[in-house]
Amino acid sequence: MNSATVISAQNLDLTFQTNDGPVHALKDVSLDVQQGDFVSFIGPSGCGKTTFLRVMADLEQPTGGTITVNGTSPKEARKARAYGYVFQAAGLYPWRTIGGNIRLPLEIMGYDKPDMAERVARVLELVELGGFENKYPWQLSGGMQQRASIARALAFDADLLLMDEPFGALDEIVRDHLNEQLLHLWDRTGKTIAFVTHSIPEAVYLSTRIVVMSPRPGRITDVIDSPLPKERPLDIRDTPEFLEVAHRVREGLRAGHGDA
Amino acid sequence: MRDAKVGFWGSFLPVLTVVLAILCFWYIGAVALNTAWAQDKAKRAGTELSATQLVADTWSQDKPKLPAPHQVAIEIWKTTAEKKITSKRSLIYHAWITFSSTMLGFVLGTALGIALAVGIVFNRTMDMSVMPWVIASQTIPILAIAPMIIVVLNAVGVSGLLPKAIISMYLSFFPVVVGMVKGLRSPSIMQLDQMRTWNASPSQTFWRLRFPSSMPYLFTSLKIAMAASLVGAIVGELPTGAVAGLGARLLAGSYYGQTIQIWSALIMAAALAAALVGIIGFLQRITLRRMGLT
Repeated sequence: MNSATVISAQNLDLTFQTNDGPVHALKDVSLDVQQGDFVSFIGPSGCGKTTFLRVMADLEQPTGGTITVNGTSPKEARKARAYGYVFQAAGLYPWRTIGGNIRLPLEIMGYDKPDMAERVARVLELVELGGFENKYPWQLSGGMQQRASIARALAFDADLLLMDEPFGALDEIVRDHLNEQLLHLWDRTGKTIAFVTHSIPEAVYLSTRIVVMSPRPGRITDVIDSPLPKERPLDIRDTPEFLEVAHRVREGLRAGHGDA
Repeated sequence: MRDAKVGFWGSFLPVLTVVLAILCFWYIGAVALNTAWAQDKAKRAGTELSATQLVADTWSQDKPKLPAPHQVAIEIWKTTAEKKITSKRSLIYHAWITFSSTMLGFVLGTALGIALAVGIVFNRTMDMSVMPWVIASQTIPILAIAPMIIVVLNAVGVSGLLPKAIISMYLSFFPVVVGMVKGLRSPSIMQLDQMRTWNASPSQTFWRLRFPSSMPYLFTSLKIAMAASLVGAIVGELPTGAVAGLGARLLAGSYYGQTIQIWSALIMAAALAAALVGIIGFLQRITLRRMGLT
């Protein structure tokens, strides 16, 4: 493991004990994520992609294997506030303004006032929500709310961004726009991003690496290094290279399903 | 303008109809219940009553079984507007006595209720042990323990407002505990996970997420607690030989058969309850609208 490895998982197992017996959410999962990577996790429901992300965030405890985040345990990484986590729902507090919502983690982490103001202004600009600081969440569309929640995860100094189907509840057009914005943002900030999705085009368009997973037990069936250039206009999705990667992802998903 | 007018009549007419219907039944009830005494009086005087005389008599007796609405209204007018507030015969003076122990009991009950709810939400041992006692406390009839509370507190030298307020507290903490436990637990798993990803301390999670999220539940509980607190204060005045307060007015009225006095005290208590609950409802609307929770 070199210094540029942000996440390193070795033979990770996670079994949930349920009333219907044990559920193998993760089985023998090994993966290294390098600094500056944009890694997507794709697979059908129950393949463990969200569980894997939650293990990285110390929201679930693995039952076997080892995992490090920034070279430390996920718990220490969480306590060091090493990552920002974006959930499927924006989860903004209705009683706080957009600015107030972005300040929330900063208040908890004890940033001083002028620093907070500067950071809020900067991340709002980054997600193109400048001028919305004093608006309330209900005054924003669903897509804008999700952008605000991304801004909130960017506001503190975490080099790692964990995103759990952040655009899953949005319509196709808004989603395209946010995907494009997210790539710009990743380019400008140089963060490492782990991104869970169940959309093949989204995964291929965004990622430098695509991790294909399959269910029962949740495991990695394929890891694809994207040959696409870093500069990606939306119409790259019509190029043969793009379609080829998408085809390989689809094949991986089908294979995972076949032998289940 | 036209819409506003329709809205006003739309809500005013049904209320007016119900009020008129109640008054109507009340007058009929007064005739029915007071006829026997009117006939009795006429018999002893050796006279016959015409139908009009009979009705007029049933609506104007000194100690009727059921006083007519206007008798109660006149009594309320006499004991509020025409008496000095400091007078022992002023209904406002008695309402004030009851109001002050209601408020003290309400504040104490709310504080106790919130404290217990916080304990239950944050401490597993309290969660398992306190709730059954809280529920058990409400199964004991308040009329049975109210005199005990007064006697015990008197014995240790506490008298006056506080014993009555304690009875109010005993009734009013319950809805606050139940509502606040639910309210403090209302944040979703996702919201709590989010706090965890920021490594927020339990107190930060409480003040920034759990407490604001509980506001809709708190206000609903406070309305019930306020009404319960008023009942507690009146009950606290009943068995104790209290000389002042709406409960004392009720008791004195029933000793001397002063039904008009009883009814005017009842109406006053109902008006007080409506006003207090209304104030909380107003605060609820303002707060929740400002918090974007409606």
